Amino acid sequence: MTENLTTDLSLARRRGASPSNHLLEVRDLTVTFPQPSGSVTAVRGVNYHVDQGEFLGIVGESGSGKSVSSLAVMGLLPSSAQVSGDILFEGRSLLGRSDKEMSKLRGEGISIIFQDPLSALTPVYTIGTQIAEALLLHDKSLSKLAANARAVELLKVVGIPNPERRAQAFPHEFSGGMRQRAMIAIAIANNPRLIIADEPTTALDVTIQAQILEVLQKAKEMTGAAVVLITHDLGVVAGNADRIAVMYAGRIVETGTVDQVFHEPSMPYTVGLLRSMPNLATAGHTRLVPLEGRPPLLTNLAPGCPFAPRCPVAIDACRTTEPPLIVFGNDPANSAACLRVAEIASGALDRSQLYPVPEPIAPADRAEVLSKSVLRVEKLVRHFPLTKGSVFKHSIGTVRAVDGVSFDIKSGQTLGLVGESGCGKSTTIMEILELAKPQAGQITINGVDVAVMSKKERQALRRDIQVVFQDPMASLDPRLPVQDIVSEPLTVHGVPAKERLKKVLDVLELVGLDPSMASRYPHEFSGGQRQRIGIARALVTDPKIVVLDEPVSALDVSIQAGVINLLEDLQEKLGLSYLFVAHDLAVIRQIADTVSVMYLGRIVESGPAEAIFDNPQHPYTRALLSAVPVPDPTVERTRQRIILDGDLPSPTEEISGCNFRTRCPLYLLMDPAGQEKCRTVDPVSRPLNSSEVACHHAEHIDRMTGTTKQPQRP
Amino acid sequence: MIGFIVKRFINYAILSAIATLSAYVLASMILNPAGRYLGRNPRPSDATINTILDGLGVNPNTPVIERLWNWAVNLVTQGSLGETIHNTSVISEMAARAGTSLRLLILGTIIAAVFGVILGVWGAVRQYKFSDQAISYGSFAILATPSFVLGILLMIAATALNGFLGVQLISFTGEYTAGLDGGLWVHFWDRAAHLLLPTISLALMGAAGYSRYQRSAMLDVLSADYIRTARSKGRTRGSALVRHGVRVALIPMSTYFAYSFATVLAGAAVTELVFSWHGMGEFLFQAIQQSDINAFTGAVLFNAILVLIAGTLSDVVYAALDPRVRV
Repeated sequence: MTENLTTDLSLARRRGASPSNHLLEVRDLTVTFPQPSGSVTAVRGVNYHVDQGEFLGIVGESGSGKSVSSLAVMGLLPSSAQVSGDILFEGRSLLGRSDKEMSKLRGEGISIIFQDPLSALTPVYTIGTQIAEALLLHDKSLSKLAANARAVELLKVVGIPNPERRAQAFPHEFSGGMRQRAMIAIAIANNPRLIIADEPTTALDVTIQAQILEVLQKAKEMTGAAVVLITHDLGVVAGNADRIAVMYAGRIVETGTVDQVFHEPSMPYTVGLLRSMPNLATAGHTRLVPLEGRPPLLTNLAPGCPFAPRCPVAIDACRTTEPPLIVFGNDPANSAACLRVAEIASGALDRSQLYPVPEPIAPADRAEVLSKSVLRVEKLVRHFPLTKGSVFKHSIGTVRAVDGVSFDIKSGQTLGLVGESGCGKSTTIMEILELAKPQAGQITINGVDVAVMSKKERQALRRDIQVVFQDPMASLDPRLPVQDIVSEPLTVHGVPAKERLKKVLDVLELVGLDPSMASRYPHEFSGGQRQRIGIARALVTDPKIVVLDEPVSALDVSIQAGVINLLEDLQEKLGLSYLFVAHDLAVIRQIADTVSVMYLGRIVESGPAEAIFDNPQHPYTRALLSAVPVPDPTVERTRQRIILDGDLPSPTEEISGCNFRTRCPLYLLMDPAGQEKCRTVDPVSRPLNSSEVACHHAEHIDRMTGTTKQPQRP
Repeated sequence: MIGFIVKRFINYAILSAIATLSAYVLASMILNPAGRYLGRNPRPSDATINTILDGLGVNPNTPVIERLWNWAVNLVTQGSLGETIHNTSVISEMAARAGTSLRLLILGTIIAAVFGVILGVWGAVRQYKFSDQAISYGSFAILATPSFVLGILLMIAATALNGFLGVQLISFTGEYTAGLDGGLWVHFWDRAAHLLLPTISLALMGAAGYSRYQRSAMLDVLSADYIRTARSKGRTRGSALVRHGVRVALIPMSTYFAYSFATVLAGAAVTELVFSWHGMGEFLFQAIQQSDINAFTGAVLFNAILVLIAGTLSDVVYAALDPRVRV
């Protein structure tokens, strides 16, 4: 297989243009979508190039035009799009080619990996068929049998266990990570010279993201293809890319080598983006610096630099002329589109001082908090029976969604609950919010056991515990004005109308929204503002505890920081306690005082945030942390990554002993007696150093860092 | 999978039985078979009428539940659906007519489905362009036309064509030309010529409806990510739409096809009357007109069986098209 690919690769190289030329060159690309309400120019004069075997990262927020520009390269834009400029692949222009001519190149010369692998694979054909299809389309002499055999080989290359059997499976039988592997297999099937990966890991968990990035890197090495990785996550490109291009409002605003862009960014937008991102390496020690405002609408762009309204160092000239992308410094690879680039590059404008660091809440404004337990969960259990049969239902198993979870939140503190999707985080908070007697275990709020409460007491208690949901668009009724949305909890609790309005205006002010916007509808607000409305709705009843279910994961990077800062400020001002559920460990590091790590319905490690992040004791925590990409190329290159095998097991699976042992890297390093213990004895949480760990061998955790290569699972 | 289909089949069979028995009760309560004899001159005596009605098992003086029981027992023990008011057995009457109707129905539905799918896909792919608009307006016009009007319009067109050509190319009265001499081929062509207009009429109505559904199913699929993936592998837009799009867009259609096959019967009744075909539609129509309870129930049973077959078929087709529902 490998020989096959390498011979094909040298062939591809010989076929390619001379090395002096670029593999792909995009010149002054402009893409306009005509619409009745005025045309939208999604890409406005983009220039970039990719050389053979190079890894280019294109970074931008949603709507920055990064995906549209790559679809233009593939010739996959809707027919209504007007494309101008030029796209040269191996020296030949791609624009103006017919769909038929382009289809010969697609998959063979350039291939693409899309974001959501569930919808990107045809549901009615098997995975093997879909890979073989890519082969057969470009090699008419290939027999169907040979194509199928090759498809199985490709599945093996991308790390799908049991490839012969899995090739017969349909997309819905694959997990998200496996589907993305299959997408990569399709992309590399014909040994393309260029692979475009459009947000390939966005919908995936960090551990799976790490796996996919590794497969992508492997695919690149095997095919020798150049890779264009499009992402909104600066961390994802830091470790892999050679060069970075940052896009904003349909243009590239800064490009350069990865070290240059990350260490010495020269466009204020890049500086702000890097400062606003919670970062595992720095989070928790410094306040985030939000990038105020939001990207401009591309329907009618004002003259001047599109970033000027959000730029802290904008001068008058910025508002009249749009700066071109100009080379600065000695390396021609580095350029930025900013009038003040010389000042920033020379250090006359200090990068670290460019954005004002928001002041923490003054001590006088801080609420006094007594350190007492406000929410205590003990051995909480939620099992769902799996039933079969429509007439005679019988149980065929149990889903152990929550299987003995305990934690304690003190007033004014934040507990971060982290884990991969499917680990039971959401079920845990739903059980708490229900305020009913749990299946087993105990939930105590403000010292009162919720199981013994009367209906009236429970109703009164709901004022004290409120929730903010993940998706700010879906969780707000689009047909209600903001004031009605925010005042709804008060209506439930029978607050008179006059007081309600006053309270609503106060709370809107509190979350940083203009009270005069109270009569507007949700769709008139941006994502960050909508999440503020969600927070206002939660705060309107003066709760003591706020449950935050992934409150920033649906927001763009530059918006996240503002919301996180707001949550921190509100906590200090009002003395709130947070139960903060998230999969993004950097966000948790930023805001949480104590952290609990969940795996398959259990808490495997808990303790103070510093202890968990600086000195994790459980192999799962360690693997989770090492999978999080850090937006710093130097750190990324020296970091050792622990990549977990496979997916999260199904919660219906019965795993004897420790339920993490099927993926545990430490388990493989233990002696037979130690492994025996993992297989037979369910570990209980025990204190170790300053955290609680549920692992038999946590003392030997350092063995994991001793090995440079991953141990192979038999 | 087989178990699942069998279970669904049994389900449909129970529903069909319920539908037929309900139809019997409904007909017994509404239709008045005695009325037919009351208007005769000379009016038969009450005793005579009672005897006739008793013989048919439709005497309103007998409690409905008792008549229903007798009808069901007859069906189970003798396989008889009773007699029509013309003293012929319902079964033999239906056997003679079912073939006529099914020939029309099956042919009409298949042609309608094929054209409906093609027009729907074509319209979706060329959304808002002239051809799409033309198909849309055309199908709305046909959907809005009562089926007898459509039938008469077709007849007028056929007459004009025959007159223009000077030969009787298209015949449209009845199922075949009575008293035609000649071999097998002559009879075959004669029947085909008679089949032409009613089939076109049914197919037009069906295709107009299907194309609307297929168009919207296809529009959902057009913007799907997997079409983009298929194109990124190296398919042209057209080939990606056919190979990956139509296949998925057919899934929701299969249910609609199967059920509309059964419901076309209602539309076909009018078509049969217009073209003087002696099929099941006409049978049902006459049964109601003549207050014939046994014949009516028989016609309902026939329809229920069609639904039963169509329902089972749609489950099979759905599972064949969509791997996600296979169990």
